[in-house]
Amino acid sequence: MEKHFARTEMLPPMAPPVTERGVVKWLRENLFSGWFNTILTLAGIYVIWSLVTAALPWWLNSVWTAESLSQCREIVTATAGEGATGACWAMIRERWHQFLFGFYPQDAYWRPVLAFGLLFAAMAPVLFAGQKRNLSVLLGAVALVLLVTLMPASAPVAVVVLVMALLAGFIALAQVRPAMLLWFTAIYPALCFWLLWGGSIWVPVVAMLGFVVMGGAYLALVGRMGPTTSAVTGVALALVWWLFVDLPLTQVIDGIAPFALAKVNSDQFGGFLLAITIGVTAITFSLPIGILLALGRQSDMLIVKTLCVGFIEFIRGVPLITLLFTASLLLQYFLPPNTNFDIILRVIILVTLFAAAYLAEVIRGGLAALPRGQYEAADALGLDYWRAQRLIILPQALKISIPAIVSTFIGLFKDTTLVAFVGLMDPLKGVTQIVRADIDWKGIYWEPYIFVGAIFFVICFGMSRYSMYLERKLKTDHR
Amino acid sequence: MSDVAIDRSKMKVSDEVAIQISGMNKWYGQFHVLRDINMTVNRGERIVICGPSGSGKSTLIRCINRLEEHQQGQIVVDGTELTNDLKNIDKVRSEVGMVFQHFNLFPHLTILENCTLAPIWVRKIPKREAEETAMHFLRKVKIPEQANKYPGQLSGGQQQRVAIARSLCMKPRIMLFDEPTSALDPEMIKEVLDTMIELAEEGMTMLCVTHEMGFAQAVANRVIFMDQGQIVEQNEPREFFNNPKSDRTKLFLSQILGH
Repeated sequence: MEKHFARTEMLPPMAPPVTERGVVKWLRENLFSGWFNTILTLAGIYVIWSLVTAALPWWLNSVWTAESLSQCREIVTATAGEGATGACWAMIRERWHQFLFGFYPQDAYWRPVLAFGLLFAAMAPVLFAGQKRNLSVLLGAVALVLLVTLMPASAPVAVVVLVMALLAGFIALAQVRPAMLLWFTAIYPALCFWLLWGGSIWVPVVAMLGFVVMGGAYLALVGRMGPTTSAVTGVALALVWWLFVDLPLTQVIDGIAPFALAKVNSDQFGGFLLAITIGVTAITFSLPIGILLALGRQSDMLIVKTLCVGFIEFIRGVPLITLLFTASLLLQYFLPPNTNFDIILRVIILVTLFAAAYLAEVIRGGLAALPRGQYEAADALGLDYWRAQRLIILPQALKISIPAIVSTFIGLFKDTTLVAFVGLMDPLKGVTQIVRADIDWKGIYWEPYIFVGAIFFVICFGMSRYSMYLERKLKTDHR
Repeated sequence: MSDVAIDRSKMKVSDEVAIQISGMNKWYGQFHVLRDINMTVNRGERIVICGPSGSGKSTLIRCINRLEEHQQGQIVVDGTELTNDLKNIDKVRSEVGMVFQHFNLFPHLTILENCTLAPIWVRKIPKREAEETAMHFLRKVKIPEQANKYPGQLSGGQQQRVAIARSLCMKPRIMLFDEPTSALDPEMIKEVLDTMIELAEEGMTMLCVTHEMGFAQAVANRVIFMDQGQIVEQNEPREFFNNPKSDRTKLFLSQILGH
C-alpha cells in the first residue's frame, strides 16, 4: 500500500446496480422483502389469478343485444362455445329506464331529468360557495348534460330553450354575484316538487309562501322580542298559513290563473328517481334538524334537553324498517280519515328524522371536541347564544364532524333501498324484482345488482370525494 | 421591568367607580371558592391580583364579566348590576374586554376576522369601518402584517397580542387579563407585557391576574393578594412588596421572589 495517493482520472457518475433501481428495487422492497412477505405476495397473486380467470370470461362474453335471457345464453354458447358463461347486459339495455325512473310516465321523463340537472345547479352555490371557477364549471356541465339529455327525454323545445337561457344567466351571475344564486337554491324544492309530481304550479308556490311568512314575521319581530320568541312566532304563523290559508288560497289563484303539469302519482315513482328524491330531501332537512337536536341536547333548559335526548335515543334505538312500517301503516290510523298523506312524503319525513338523530350525535361529538375557551371567548366578546353558535361554535364543530356527517349521509342514501319493505319500488329490490318477474329475464341474477351497485357506488364515492375536498379547503389550523 | 421607562402621566385614577363588588360569595357545589369579596375599582386603576393556585383569583375576574355566576352579593360593572338578565350580561360583556391564558382566538377565522367579528355583529359597525379599527389596533400591538393569516400560523406571543387587539376593537372601558403570560415562552412574555404597559399608559382600567411581579411593581397602582377564596391583603405595590403585613403574604412572596 503506497502512502501517497493522487487521483489522476475523475470517475464518471454511474447508475446504481440493477437491484437498487426502478421496478426491481420497488419489487424487492415492497413485495419480496423477506420470506414471509414473499409467501404473502405469491398467495395474493394466486388469489387474484383465480378471481380473474373465474370472472373475466363472464365479462368478456357480455351480450348487449338480445331480447331475453335465453337468447343471451344462445349467443354466448354460439360465440364462446358450450358451457361458457357470459353477462347479459341486454337486460340493462332494455330496462335501464325502469331502474332510473320506475313506472314514471315515459313521455314525462324530461321532468325528472330536468329536476336532477337543476338539483346540481341548486347545490352548486352551497357546495362551492364563492368559488367562481368551480361554480361555473359545474353549471356549465349541468347545461351540457341537460342539452344532451332533455331532447331524447321528450322535453318540449320551449322548455329546453328556457332552461338553457336560465343556466346561461346563472353562469353569468356566478361571475359577478355568486351569492345571488342561493335564491335559486331556496326556490328549488318547490320547483323540484312541481316537476316531479306535476299538478298546479300554485300548490308549491303557495306552500313556499309559508316560509316567506315565517321569515317575514321573524325579521319584523326580532328587533323587539329577541330571536327565540320571534322564531317561535314565525313558525306558529307559518303553521297557521299551511293549515288554514294554503288550500283555499291555492284554489282561488288556480281558478284565476291555472297553470299545471300532468299529475304523476307517488306509486309511479321508482328506481333511482325514488332513491334520489328520498335521499336528497332527507339529507337536506336532516342536517339542520340534527344541528338543532345537538344544540338542544347540550342546552341548560331541562325540558328542551329532555325532549331532545328522548327523541334521539328513541329513534336510534329503533330499526329504520320499524319506522318505515310506522310511516306506511300506523300514521294512517292517527291522521283524520280521508286525509291523503302521500306515502313518499311520509317515508321522507321518517327517514329525515332517523338521519337527524344520528347526525345530532355526530355533531354533538364535534361540539364536545371544541375547547371550552372558544365558548368563553365568544361570550366574553358579548355575542349572544345564537350568534356565538352560528359564527364561532358551529363552523368549527361541523368542520370537525365532516367525515362522520358524510358517512351518515352515505348510510342514509343507501338506506333508501329499505323503502322496498313498504311497497315502494327502490332500485335494488323493487325494480330488480319486477325485471326478474318478467318471463324474458327470469333467472337473471348478477347483472341488475351489479348495475344498481355501480350507480350507488358512483354517487357515494362522489360524496366521499367531495367531503375530502371540503376538509382540505376548510383546513386552517396549519398543524 | 425596571429597564422600561414608563410614562405615568396619563395613568390617573379618577373618583368614578368602574367596578363595585360587595359581599360577594361563590360556591362550586359545596365548595366555597370566593368568600365575602368586597372591592371597589375606580376608573383608571391598574390592579394586579396574585395568589397561590386555587386561591380563586381567576374565578374572581371571571365573575366580573359573568363567565362565572356568583351566588350571593352584588357585582356592579359600569353602573350595571350583573343578574340573570341576559341583556345586562351582554351589555357588560361588550364593555369589558377579556384576555385569556390560552388566547382563545377563533382558529377558523383570519386575524382580521377575529378582530372584526364582534364589532360587526355586536356593535353593528359597518364592515369597512370595523376593518379600519382592527388594523389600527393590530398596528398598535405591532402585527399588522399578520392580518390575513390564521391564528395557527402565529407564535404564542403574537396570538396573545392579537387577543388583546381583538378585545380592544370592542372599545372596552375595562380590561380583564387572566394570566395572559402563563402559557408563553419566556422570550415572548416581554412583548405581551410591553403591550399591556402601553395600554396602562393610556389610562385603561385594568384587572390583571398574573405572577409577573415586575409588571406589578412597574404598572399596578394596587396589588391584591388572595388565598383560599379571600382577599388577604391589598396595598400599593411598593408597600406590598417591601412591607407585607400578613404572614400568608410574606410566605407567598418569599416563595415566588426567593429564587
